[in-house]
Amino acid sequence: MIPAVIDLDHNAGSPLRPEARAAMLAALDAGGNASAVHGRGRAAKARLEDARDALAAACGVGADRVVFTAGGTEADALALHGRRVAASAVEHPAVLAQPGVVATVPVDAAGRVRVDAVAGTVTASGADTVAVMAANNETGVIQPLADVRAALPVGVRLHVDAVQAPGRLDLAGIVAGADTVALSAHKLGGPAGVGAVALGPGIEPLALVRGGGHERGRRGGTENLPGVAGFAAALGATVAAAEDAGLGALRDRLEAGLRDLVPELVVFGAAAPRLANTLAVSAPGWRAETLVMAFDLAGVAVSSGAACSSGRVRTSHVLEAMGARDELIDGMIRFSLGWTSEVGDIERALAAMAPILRRRRAA
Amino acid sequence: MSDPLGLGKDPASARVVVAMSGGVDSSVAAALVARWGYETVGVTLQLYDHGAATGKPGACCAGQDIHDARRVADRLGVAHYVLDFEQRFRNAVIEDFATSYAAGRTPIPCVRCNQRIKFGDLMEIARDLGADALVTGHYARRLGPPAGGELHRAVDATRDQTYFLFATTRDQLDFLRFPLGGQPKETTRGLAEELDLPVASKAESQDICFVPQGHYSRVVERLRPEAGEPGPILDEAGRELGRHKGLAHYTVGQRRGLGVATGAPLYVLALDPERRAVIVGPKERLRTETLHLAEVNWLGERPLDGATHRLWIKHRANEAAIPARLHAAAGTTAVVPEAPALGVAPGQACVFYDGTRVLGGGWIAAVAAPTHAPASA
Repeated sequence: MIPAVIDLDHNAGSPLRPEARAAMLAALDAGGNASAVHGRGRAAKARLEDARDALAAACGVGADRVVFTAGGTEADALALHGRRVAASAVEHPAVLAQPGVVATVPVDAAGRVRVDAVAGTVTASGADTVAVMAANNETGVIQPLADVRAALPVGVRLHVDAVQAPGRLDLAGIVAGADTVALSAHKLGGPAGVGAVALGPGIEPLALVRGGGHERGRRGGTENLPGVAGFAAALGATVAAAEDAGLGALRDRLEAGLRDLVPELVVFGAAAPRLANTLAVSAPGWRAETLVMAFDLAGVAVSSGAACSSGRVRTSHVLEAMGARDELIDGMIRFSLGWTSEVGDIERALAAMAPILRRRRAA
Repeated sequence: MSDPLGLGKDPASARVVVAMSGGVDSSVAAALVARWGYETVGVTLQLYDHGAATGKPGACCAGQDIHDARRVADRLGVAHYVLDFEQRFRNAVIEDFATSYAAGRTPIPCVRCNQRIKFGDLMEIARDLGADALVTGHYARRLGPPAGGELHRAVDATRDQTYFLFATTRDQLDFLRFPLGGQPKETTRGLAEELDLPVASKAESQDICFVPQGHYSRVVERLRPEAGEPGPILDEAGRELGRHKGLAHYTVGQRRGLGVATGAPLYVLALDPERRAVIVGPKERLRTETLHLAEVNWLGERPLDGATHRLWIKHRANEAAIPARLHAAAGTTAVVPEAPALGVAPGQACVFYDGTRVLGGGWIAAVAAPTHAPASA
């Protein structure tokens, strides 16, 4: 198989950061069960709580407010367990597929939640929780969380899926304005299969997995120490690196290069504030699933929105909710940059994609 | 330079897309292409919702076959992609299948799938990816130069699938390669075991892929409820001999399952959607003197029109070829077997052969019995 040498699919999962790898190797070698009384157990417990402290600090909350989970999806599921939820129409399936979701809040053509529709949707559906993501994984569109918060009827919780936010948005600010926040390690260069929920003051989640009282009874099961250690280290590196400004310049160069090749290029969410690392585009006549194949064979890894676990590409519910034209939805390609991205990546990717895109225009 | 696929270029610089179904045949085809050194790109088509087709709610959209194809590609170390063809397959194959049954014909969805899906949309995608050829696991042979090749029957006559490939055009044939056509099925199995492919011991796929357990009438009735509505069983004179349970359950030439008790054995002679009637009669009335064909694909050297061609035909997948004369003029094509054929069913294919070579074929649109037959047959 030809390896995808240029990774422009960080929103699906960033390569492991060296800091995370080092922390995980140390934790793997040390071993230990954090519930055990003896010295090795206490050392394990110390590593667990160090990781929790680091996460809590980044979220601006006390350590007792952080619950580790096995990934972002479980974090969303735990936060929404037992709730009656009105979710934005562009939420990740991790939110939309939860059984408590009873209504969706529409978005405008730029992909931003219709703040004016929040209160009405809550009233009509009897929801006790509104779920709005910090930034969309497909388009990068940043949601107006403060306005959503202000529009909430009294007593209604706000859950924020902030999986795409760390290092790109003010995480502590997001947590301060929400009741529950879901996070995931592998989107920022940590390991897959590790996530967390940050809880607002006085919020107690309804446990999904019960067991031996781990995580203060909020999540049973022996803690994944290498995972949480990698998570904390990746988060620390992400915040310290502040790569975002540089990524914005790379993203803009990529967009300009694509537009040179395809003048009729459409950028989804262009009218809204977006994450600096994400670029979702399409053009008339594009077919995303074959473009992704062609780019992959040329050594460029991109994504066409949400992929099913079979690898089959589904129609983007995000673009549908934005009211995008069908032919543009079918051609949507998402480029997402991250901590490994360099200017050379963009130039090489454009060079590799150029013949493919030109062939399409000629066809 | 060894170029077993006959692409006219060095395998190292040739990209080949392999249609991988997840079965043994296409898996071995992919393995051969990879072993020969071509840049191999496996593609599996998601053709229908597996959970819905098998009636298992909650099952993943993708079936076991897609998983198997992916595992084979992993084993071979080649790229593999799954393409969502559900809508295209529904429009181009399943709808046509149901419509044909409702119209009293007996369709062959595999031909439509080859013609419209694999050699249509998938081939277009393969060309789009800059591929030099599309490979499938069909038992057929493509002989001749890289351009202008001929379609021939597989060496293993018991596996030959050319009946289902009659609609392949010259242009498609130029781009297609069938690496299995020159070997018997046992060789394929042996290669699968030798290469330790995860599908080596997999059972042969049977029937129509999107019809679970052979219950095709359920699929037809869901899409065309009228094909499941009962109606009369008539003899050729129009006398009602009994009732049938829906046209979708019957095929021309069928004898069993009529539920009509008369002295002599009765066979289905025709299906009449207008009267919603199954027409039955004695075996000798199944004889067909002339087959009128539609959508004819001609792969012969001589021009089709304005001539009489002596060739061999197959009007069913599992019957031996019989000699016949083909007359084509002014857009109509008729085939006259040397001896009247038995049980020719509208909707099936009539495929032309000259020895092992396939000269094309057409869809059986209508049949004419010997001249004393009444119009309804």
